[in-house]
Amino acid sequence: MPAELIRILIGLVAVALSVGLIGLVMVWVERKVAGHVQRRPGPYEVGPYGLLQPLADALKLVGKQLFMPDNADPILFWLAPVLSFLPVLLLFLPLPLGDGLYTMDINLGLLLILAFSGLAVLSLLLGGWASNNKYGLLGAARAVAQSVAYEIPLLLSVLAVAFVSGSLDLATVVKEQGTWPWNWNIMTQPLAFLIYIVSALGETNRAPFDLPEAESELTAGFHTEYSGMGFGLFFLAEYANMVVVCSVATVLFLGGWHGPVLPGPVWFVLKVSLLMLLLVFFRWTYPRVRFDQLLNINWKWLMPLAVANLMLTAFFVKLAQYAVVK
Amino acid sequence: MNAIKEAFKTVSDLWSLMVGLKVTGKYFLEPQRTVRYPWKAVSNLDTYKGHLELVGGMKDPFKPRCISCGMCALACPSHCLTVVKKKAPKPTPEEEKALAEAKASGEKTKDKTPKDPEQFLYDYTLCSLCGTCMENCPAGALRFSKNVYMAGYSRNDFQFDLVLKLRESDARATKAEPAAPAAETSEA
Amino acid sequence: MTRYADMGQVAGDFYTENFAQTAQEGSLILNLGPQHPSTHGVLRVIVELDGEYVLRADPVLGYLHRMHEKMAEVKTAAQFIPNMGRVDYGHALAWNWAFVGAVEKLAGIEVPERAEYVRTITCELNRIASHLLWWGAYLLDLGAFTPIMYAFDDREKILDILQVPTGSRLTYSYFRIGGVAQDLNEDCFSRIKAFIPWMRSRLPMYKDLVSDNIILRKRIEGVGPIEPELCRRYGATGPVARGSGINFDVRRAEPYSVYPKLDFEIPTSPLMDARGRYDVRMIEIEQSLRIIEQCVEMMPEGDTLVKGAPKPSWKVPKGEAYFAVEGGRGKIGVHVVSDGGKNLYRTKLRAPGFSNLSLFAEVSRGTILADAVAILGSLDLIIPEIDR
Repeated sequence: MPAELIRILIGLVAVALSVGLIGLVMVWVERKVAGHVQRRPGPYEVGPYGLLQPLADALKLVGKQLFMPDNADPILFWLAPVLSFLPVLLLFLPLPLGDGLYTMDINLGLLLILAFSGLAVLSLLLGGWASNNKYGLLGAARAVAQSVAYEIPLLLSVLAVAFVSGSLDLATVVKEQGTWPWNWNIMTQPLAFLIYIVSALGETNRAPFDLPEAESELTAGFHTEYSGMGFGLFFLAEYANMVVVCSVATVLFLGGWHGPVLPGPVWFVLKVSLLMLLLVFFRWTYPRVRFDQLLNINWKWLMPLAVANLMLTAFFVKLAQYAVVK
Repeated sequence: MNAIKEAFKTVSDLWSLMVGLKVTGKYFLEPQRTVRYPWKAVSNLDTYKGHLELVGGMKDPFKPRCISCGMCALACPSHCLTVVKKKAPKPTPEEEKALAEAKASGEKTKDKTPKDPEQFLYDYTLCSLCGTCMENCPAGALRFSKNVYMAGYSRNDFQFDLVLKLRESDARATKAEPAAPAAETSEA
Repeated sequence: MTRYADMGQVAGDFYTENFAQTAQEGSLILNLGPQHPSTHGVLRVIVELDGEYVLRADPVLGYLHRMHEKMAEVKTAAQFIPNMGRVDYGHALAWNWAFVGAVEKLAGIEVPERAEYVRTITCELNRIASHLLWWGAYLLDLGAFTPIMYAFDDREKILDILQVPTGSRLTYSYFRIGGVAQDLNEDCFSRIKAFIPWMRSRLPMYKDLVSDNIILRKRIEGVGPIEPELCRRYGATGPVARGSGINFDVRRAEPYSVYPKLDFEIPTSPLMDARGRYDVRMIEIEQSLRIIEQCVEMMPEGDTLVKGAPKPSWKVPKGEAYFAVEGGRGKIGVHVVSDGGKNLYRTKLRAPGFSNLSLFAEVSRGTILADAVAILGSLDLIIPEIDR
């Protein structure tokens, strides 16, 4: 019993540190990619190649005055960023980085991740509501509708993979996949992968689904009134969420830590980084999707497709079972 | 049938997203367009208008060609120029006598006031850089300098006397070199 | 501030209170602007929202009123030209041309042939720059962050070209009464000749990245349909009218300068929505390139300023004249009245943006807020010219 606890505690500490590190690295990567796509350097003054820029940003954010609008609810106002950030730490625990390299040995890892990522919605709502700001309210309403909507195709596509692997345990799902790309789940579930990526973009409020933060329409939406570390926490939570979503995609579809020559964790990090790079590119290439079109995509396209995919998967899994028994 | 057409259209529409990614991916790998000032400077500064300056004469490059006619001040849309004429020099006693004699005999006396201005006050904060003064000067005494990197700490730094500036300038080349080596010209 | 039905009170300034008097129960009154993250300038639009739907929209103008028409009364005709460079920073040379053309018409001054060609080339280059700025800013409104950078890359080239004769990069006061200030030299021509094929090679990239992009198409197709009748009622001109199918371009309808000799098309679009206006402007860039090509070929030798051009102490002959040019936003008209003195007695500047913006209140009724922003962007408004 204590061994388990110690394992989880060590894991939590490691996760907390790495989430901070990931935040810094992602800020730098995003700004550099944005710069180079736009044919400009991005950060280059602070440190060589601008590597210390995120540190400078973090220091600036920490040093800013924390103030609250006049009629805002103080408890909810300060709860919202904290609530957006804390559950993310939990989401990293069941992810297997290598063979046997996972913090929490739980046979419902997938369910844990899906359940706790729903808490992010609550934090958006609280942030917008407690700001006592019309723009914040509009942004929060949009964010809630969006997040709640996109959870369903996310769940359904992930469920299809669970059907194929026969378990909700992430370690098992990875083990069922092989070393080479043609053994990975993306080959058997390509539609689920696409649906998962689109739903992930919708869940984490990343472009082209970043309406809650639409600057040109709503002056930053639900985090309008946050400055300093409140905003920093929202920001960090968004990047951490992105990493979680990419890691889950890697684990479920791209073979987790499997790969030819290099050790497991290296492949894992490589695959997650590739997906993150893709997400960053999406942000700087596409315009924003309008809100009602966003919901349309979800209810009219993603959900029926995900349900169809699930039923088809169930049918084939049963058929395979039947054939084996026969 | 219509549904199949719709489905095909959706797939081709989604392909446009891939095309967009290809474009940004291509530009991701291309060289940057930023010129990192102040270590590098842009290369096409000679046609850009800096603040006004007086042109020196052929014989004395530190004395302006201006004849204090005031056309520039009249023509300026922003009323940023003031020409202060020089006063006539006090005549010596011999000259006084000569003047009195000339007046008595009805001769015309030459006006000994120097033509160039005492002060040529220019308010760069008001100037619209239109060039009307330059075009209307009969002596061709005004032109735009190449000092495009002018900076100052207060408004007074931008209100100066161009005669003084000409006198203190080292009337070397007309091109002002930027502080940094010029960047490569942007490729077409 | 919202309308508290029970308290009967609205917090806000005069305009908001006025607006709120006819507001519905339970609607939200929001101010878009005057400080905008959207790059329109200082435009304030008071909207009444029911959830996401715009019930009413009311633009409030005047935040950038600089009294240009009053300045025209106290400055001489030649002194007013820098003002015209600053009225509309997008297409400054067209405003230059409108004013100078009006004064020349009034005084009966004939502009040399070469000067007309120089005017046409620089004005069309400025039109391309204006449309590129609109394109980049519009896409920024819609949430795409990179096209504006690509557009500004092209714009830099145009600004470099126009820097050679004028010395400025944005607010040009290049035209003079009777011609232009300076001739285009060899450097200028070589740059123009290099620019035209390069710009042509960029247009397919814009199409790939943006115009064909499904997300953008869904954002602007079907958004803000403007009937031709609506255009006529409000006097909308330029790409706004041409995007609704009205084939009106000042360069063909009331020809001036060398445009009758040039071969170019006026693009119109049968789609009456934002997509139509978008397409019209993109095709106009290509047509402007055509015009510049022809002008460079057909350029005669000669002066660029008429002999005996007015001096600073020139008295404008008595009379009145009206001259219109096709600006990037529509028909720019300048009406000058002179009573024989050095200053013009009255100068009326007709800004196309003013008429175009007046459409907005009617067109945006019933749309979603995101669509209202898209419509505003598609009208290509530059507030300094609306407020003058």
